[in-house]
Amino acid sequence: MNASRGVALALAVSIAGSLALVVIYVVGGSIQQQGIGLALALGGMGTAIVIWAVALIEAPIEIEERHSFATGREHAVVVDSGTGTQEISRRRFLARLLAGAVGILGAALVLPAFSLGPQPGTDLFRTAWRRGLRLVDLGNRPIRLDDLVADSVTTVFPEGFVGRPDSQTLLIKVSPSDLALPSDRAAWAPEGCVAYSKVCTHAGCPVGLYRAKEHLLLCPCHQSTFDVLRGATPIFGPAARPLPQLPMEVDADGYLVALGDFPEPIGPGFWDMTHTPADGG
Amino acid sequence: MLTWIDERLGLAAWARAGLRKVFPDHWSFLLGEVALFCLVVLVLTGVFLTLFYVPDATSVTYSGPWAPLRGQSVSAAFDSVMRLSFEVRAGLVMRQIHHWAALVFVAAIVVHLLRIFFTGAFRRPREINWLVGIGLLLLALTMGITGYSLPDDLLSGTGLRVIYSVVIAIPFIGPYLAFLVFGGEFPTPEIISRLFVFHVMLLPALLIGGVLVHLAILVRQKHSQYAVPGATEENVVGRAFWPSQVFKSTGLAILTAAVLALMGGLIQINPIWAYGPFDATTVSSPAQPDWYAGWLDGALRLFPPIEITALGITIPSPFIPGVLLPGVAFGVMTLWPFLEAWVTGDHAEHQLLDGPREKPLRTAFGVAGLLVFVILTLAGGNDVVALVFGVPVEAMTNILRVAIVAVPLLGFGLTYRICRELFDRREAPGQRRASVRLRRTAAGGFEEIEPD
Repeated sequence: MNASRGVALALAVSIAGSLALVVIYVVGGSIQQQGIGLALALGGMGTAIVIWAVALIEAPIEIEERHSFATGREHAVVVDSGTGTQEISRRRFLARLLAGAVGILGAALVLPAFSLGPQPGTDLFRTAWRRGLRLVDLGNRPIRLDDLVADSVTTVFPEGFVGRPDSQTLLIKVSPSDLALPSDRAAWAPEGCVAYSKVCTHAGCPVGLYRAKEHLLLCPCHQSTFDVLRGATPIFGPAARPLPQLPMEVDADGYLVALGDFPEPIGPGFWDMTHTPADGG
Repeated sequence: MLTWIDERLGLAAWARAGLRKVFPDHWSFLLGEVALFCLVVLVLTGVFLTLFYVPDATSVTYSGPWAPLRGQSVSAAFDSVMRLSFEVRAGLVMRQIHHWAALVFVAAIVVHLLRIFFTGAFRRPREINWLVGIGLLLLALTMGITGYSLPDDLLSGTGLRVIYSVVIAIPFIGPYLAFLVFGGEFPTPEIISRLFVFHVMLLPALLIGGVLVHLAILVRQKHSQYAVPGATEENVVGRAFWPSQVFKSTGLAILTAAVLALMGGLIQINPIWAYGPFDATTVSSPAQPDWYAGWLDGALRLFPPIEITALGITIPSPFIPGVLLPGVAFGVMTLWPFLEAWVTGDHAEHQLLDGPREKPLRTAFGVAGLLVFVILTLAGGNDVVALVFGVPVEAMTNILRVAIVAVPLLGFGLTYRICRELFDRREAPGQRRASVRLRRTAAGGFEEIEPD
């Protein structure tokens, strides 16, 4: 077998190893398979380069005089850099194959970076709110409608999920006659109680400031301002979407309970936010 | 002793050439050195901090000497920074020197970059080192942002949250990228240990490697120089590395460290005990990032509430100010040497530097860019600025929305005009005026003698 064929074969092994690495990563192979795949990819390439160096590059034996290190002598350097490059360009097919093998190995080696995070899936579309879950405060106490004072703001969570960041919700009581909600949401505000996602629709900060007199919610991060009486529509600042409103009602014992999850994704926007997630809502 | 080493390594000739290397004698050539010395201080203090920091988001109960937080649930990372600040002897001063050094590091890089820009030092043959320099600036910024987030306090958590929101705003890949970087929907416990690995391992290796390349290219190409007497395109006029420059630079290094020590000892920075631990349901107000990130936050604050959905694809409002704007800004900066050469048709080598007035267009562009940066930085603190001037924050935002367009345009025109006036009136600084010979006439007047 001549050396060129040997190099090509070794590079083919390398490419096969790299492709196998990709397949193994995607379908989730064993550690042995991962190790062997990587060993083939690197081993093939290493072998190819060694064969190339030993058998294909015509490098005559050269003699370099050893010189004293003491100062003042000229350094004798004998390098004919031309020979090697000519050798490589003469074997254009092998050079291209080598470049391809390097590229594929590089791509295969990037794959483990995908272990860093899960697929977004439905995470961005859903929170912990479900039909029938009671609204509880940070101390895990359920909220009775009768206990709420006018113009009070409470941070609430679904029962069993206290502190869960994507489910944080602001419960505000206003005078029912002041409310001007869209007609399909009128039933979500028993006795002037409204609940909005606390996660800003601009950059995701908790919308922490309430100007009770004007019924405005203000995000301290970038000053987006939301009108509580009009379905939390943004009236100032960079936020473009209202804070999603939580559908809720009063149960037989007078406690506030959710009627379901928020009708749209909470928090900062993303490109496919208007799509319905694959497994439904 | 030196002979013994030389007989084995043969470094004497190399060292002699190195020691004789000529440095132009101008203060503006020391700005990059200040950045270099800040980096040394950062590495030294950073190693100390790393010995005490715990990159772990697990909840623990704070039981240290800071009474207001005692009994509160905090992350192990926050707890370790609290311990470092209050219980480790010299811990707080190391932390504060490290933080101040980081701020001065980026500042020195930026001022160094401005010097390079306004004097045209990026022109052929120095385009490669300009690119390396921009890479170093980006690395320094990333170092700053990752380090800033490590204490896991409320303020830095807010910064991370905004970064996450900007990342998921990128069309098509945003959510996937954000989940890869953060390990899931924000906030995740993974992020702290990831930031740690980047901040103490990956980025420093790249940064130090990049600095070595930056310096090696500088030595290889030799310094550019101002048009001082005797300076030509073929030489470098200045003082030898040894002893003049060695002493100057050593002195500057120690003085830089001294100033940083003074700042670290006397000026409080990032008092995480006042911010409290990160909590996803609260946010500190007002919340301002470190100075070099303020312009990015300012752009987010000023941008109008525009979120377009077409064909089922949404362009979230933070995308344009948070991704596109910095992308364009850094893109133009990176390509500037090539853009300028292309526009002016000047592809020649330049070892002699320009005075800013000699290139009115470049200078005007630079000033306009700086003004954009300044106004966006002001916008990043619009709530604080509004408080200082006693105006509503809405009015402040609207004023800045006008200013971000008007002021850079005005600055551009004004700078261009001033440069032209200055240039038309006088020769370039450092250039010698041609002498004129006069003869007194019999009538008592003077007349010029033509040069022969």
